[in-house]
Amino acid sequence: MLTYLKELCGICGISGDETAVSDYLKEKISTMPDILEIRTDALGSLLVHKKGRTTPAHTLMIGAHMDEVGLIVTGIRPDGTLSLAAVGGVDADVVLGRCVMVGEQHLPGVIGSTPIHLLSGSARDEKPKMDALYADIGAKDADEAKQYAAPGDSIYFLGEYTELGGGRVASKAIDDRFGCAVMLKLLEGEIPYDTWFCFFVQEEIGLRGSRAATFAVNPDFALILEATTAADLDGVSGDAAVCRLGGGPVVSFMDRSTIYDKQLYRMAFEEAGQLGIPCQTKSRIAGGNDAGAVHISREGVRTLAISVPCRCLHSPSCVAQISDMEQILLLTERMMERMIEL
Amino acid sequence: MKTQIIADMLTALCRVTGMSGDESNAAVTALEFLKLYCPDARISHGNVIGSLGSTDPDAPHVLLDAHIDQIGMIVTSITEDGFVTAGNVGGIDRRLLPAQRVHLHGRQVLDGVICAMPPHLTSGDEKVPKFEEIRIDTGYDAEALRQLLAPGDSVTFAGQIAKLLGDRFTAPALDDRCGVAAILCALHSIKDEVLPCKVTVMFSAEEEVGERGARIGCYAVNPDIALAVDVSFARNLGDSETKTGKMGEGPMIGYSPSLSRTVSKTLSHIADENGIPWQYEVMAGTTGTNADQFSVCREGVKACTVSIPLRYMHTPAEIISLADVCMTGELLAAYLRRCTAC
Repeated sequence: MLTYLKELCGICGISGDETAVSDYLKEKISTMPDILEIRTDALGSLLVHKKGRTTPAHTLMIGAHMDEVGLIVTGIRPDGTLSLAAVGGVDADVVLGRCVMVGEQHLPGVIGSTPIHLLSGSARDEKPKMDALYADIGAKDADEAKQYAAPGDSIYFLGEYTELGGGRVASKAIDDRFGCAVMLKLLEGEIPYDTWFCFFVQEEIGLRGSRAATFAVNPDFALILEATTAADLDGVSGDAAVCRLGGGPVVSFMDRSTIYDKQLYRMAFEEAGQLGIPCQTKSRIAGGNDAGAVHISREGVRTLAISVPCRCLHSPSCVAQISDMEQILLLTERMMERMIEL
Repeated sequence: MKTQIIADMLTALCRVTGMSGDESNAAVTALEFLKLYCPDARISHGNVIGSLGSTDPDAPHVLLDAHIDQIGMIVTSITEDGFVTAGNVGGIDRRLLPAQRVHLHGRQVLDGVICAMPPHLTSGDEKVPKFEEIRIDTGYDAEALRQLLAPGDSVTFAGQIAKLLGDRFTAPALDDRCGVAAILCALHSIKDEVLPCKVTVMFSAEEEVGERGARIGCYAVNPDIALAVDVSFARNLGDSETKTGKMGEGPMIGYSPSLSRTVSKTLSHIADENGIPWQYEVMAGTTGTNADQFSVCREGVKACTVSIPLRYMHTPAEIISLADVCMTGELLAAYLRRCTAC
């Protein structure tokens, strides 16, 4: 799974521009067993139906999103730098003064920043604003820039996959290539019953791919695999930490987009207990994920989300714990077996 | 010197780190380059020093200086929760610290991520973190970390070294490794020539914390004329034209009450004679460079600045034009050929 994660995190695919991720997944899935159907829907989500040992009365959909947050070129400025906007929730301070990649050719570029020497004392303490940011690809003027970049081009984070100490990794795009990696791992082997595996587009701009894909698959149950925000920083205690690295899979009762199925919520903790792995919930009602679109699809879908706790989410340096990821794979396998009994 | 050779040289110089007070890796790399032209080159009290040119005791003695150190942070403590606290070494822009990748130079080089609150949990009006609030996540817990890292260890910013469009180049620590490269270009240009002056080259330590290497180095060298080859601000859209130079349009020659007007004018005159493009850099008092130390060294030294325009100073993604480095080298070489008197 970590090999998948490393490779997936290295791929560039912001919302609306997920083709490279989808191509990678299609290639991997093409050699996997028992695939009944694989198709790309009108928005670009990849829908995979895999045969299991039995064909159940109910339909289960497992989902994760392919897109990552990033930036988009909005125009070419007179000096050849590129104006930009955030795609998804990106704070200006995690991209300021950073290297990025621009457009299909992944041109190296830089998010420009006024040198601290030229900032007034008070400006040094002001958080940068996204609409003041621009990208510099080294063009000497607007004419040269126009040869290499155009409005609508994607700007990707440069956030190399790096192993930290203590069994942690840092990378861009762990949100949500992690979910994609778990699904690839599940697709490799035998599964208990026929299941849909959906790789969604456009989660980061408002849960859009999952809305269309869930309508198409029309599931009874859904399991969303995600990365969620951990604020267990130094000295942050109690509920303010939201969830903790190394605390095991995160299963929420509620976030900003979903009140989760109570029975599935309790079942997740029971099964984690039986597996002897830790399981935690979020101690703040924050964030949201594809479950928000999935659980109100058609007449409603019984939905659960299992997430990996992740520091510095939505930055080029998401930090996650390998043990949490491995435990999520175990818990997901167990939940697949149990959910169909409902 | 061809721009590709300059790019290769800068890649070698910027790949190694040399935070102020801990310059040895960068200094050793620069020393190897300098030995090609100055067989006597050595490291003395942190400064890389070598000499060439006339041995006539009556010939003017010119010091060519660029600083070898770079900004960074220094470990101040390891917290109970296993996070690292750090203080600034030089002028760090705190606005761009969140989610920044860093290298911690302990018993081994550790990767780390500067912690940031994710956008999901912030209200958007937070202040830029103070240095006391900065925490670095290495993955390790406190006990493991104490075996690997100690207060006083250096922390440097990870950045990308890349050629951008045209002759633009990005790397961390271009301030002032590009000044080092420009001097090496000059030495390459005058190689095997008989010079009318004695030349000492110094790649000085601790500029970023108050030009300390320059102070002791200039005392030891005892020159008649000293040129600080450093970087200055390249213009961005909306920047003041009097505070910035244009990238790609040649070295900026310093004019200031604290500099020798004779040397400034001679440099300008020689640039014109040799068809080397140059720009004014007018400063109303001191210069914020090593020249401030040179001018008041011992009984006084005729000092001047020669600056390479650089964008995004003191970020891990500084940009320069390789042609500017080349032209700066040519100007320095032309000056040395003509320097017959003080």
